[in-house]
Amino acid sequence: MSNFTAEDKAAITSLWAKVNVEDAGGETLGRLLVVYPWTQRFFDSFGSLSSPSAIMGNPKVKAHGAKVLTSLGEAIKNLDDLKGTFGQLSELHCDKLHVDPENFRLLGNVLVTVLAIHHGKEFTPEVQASWQKMVAGVASALGSRYH
Amino acid sequence: MSLTKTERTIIVSMWAKISTQADTIGTETLERLFLSYPQTKTYFPHFDLHPGSAQLRAHGSKVVAAVGDAAKSIDNIGAALSKLSELHAYILRVDPVNFKLLSHCLLVTLAARFPADFTAEAHAAWDKFLSVVSSVLTEKYR
Repeated sequence: MSNFTAEDKAAITSLWAKVNVEDAGGETLGRLLVVYPWTQRFFDSFGSLSSPSAIMGNPKVKAHGAKVLTSLGEAIKNLDDLKGTFGQLSELHCDKLHVDPENFRLLGNVLVTVLAIHHGKEFTPEVQASWQKMVAGVASALGSRYH
Repeated sequence: MSLTKTERTIIVSMWAKISTQADTIGTETLERLFLSYPQTKTYFPHFDLHPGSAQLRAHGSKVVAAVGDAAKSIDNIGAALSKLSELHAYILRVDPVNFKLLSHCLLVTLAARFPADFTAEAHAAWDKFLSVVSSVLTEKYR
């Protein structure tokens, strides 16, 4: 599905090198929970998610967000085999976590928005297009072993 | 789904800032749309879509002006966009899935240009507002 050109890979890896995975992870997951409140359904054990500030400051949200983005970082090293990289995680998300793959698309777009906030002009339409390919590839890979 | 008072305040106050860059925001949004989602170009076979094209600029302006109209009449978006709603239903017939794509690209453009204003709360308000606009534009489809 997603075939990354040399330009795509360059755009993705060079921007990723500037990302603080912990901060970006917390912000991305936090914004998902704020902008699409129904996604909170997966996080009953996370404590207070009662307001945007509670969510964005919640230490469990930050920690889990960092975990998710760290995993994405691994994917970036393996852009040509996203399905292989995410095989086991796909099974986990289906069999144990029961996450609708639509949530992967939502999270991917929130990440793109967070990158835009932190990189402004550098996040050109061309760079965005490469990243959209990336998050679409990840979403597809994570959904690939659903049954 | 309707906008809370707080959400309306956020949209209206941000719109005041945004409106000064409306034209370039429109152009950038469309550039992002056509690059990230090439299938959306199928609605514009009659356009020159190269970055910087006059048609792209003109159309971008139109799109953002309509968003502005919705913001200015945020208490009655349905009335403000009624003609545009009919246009999309009977003439343009853009598949509803594309409104989400355009909304996302507009959000990304705003996030890149107004990072300090684009808090999580503002992000949520804008996503919801554009969702309401999209609903209005597709409500006469069938």
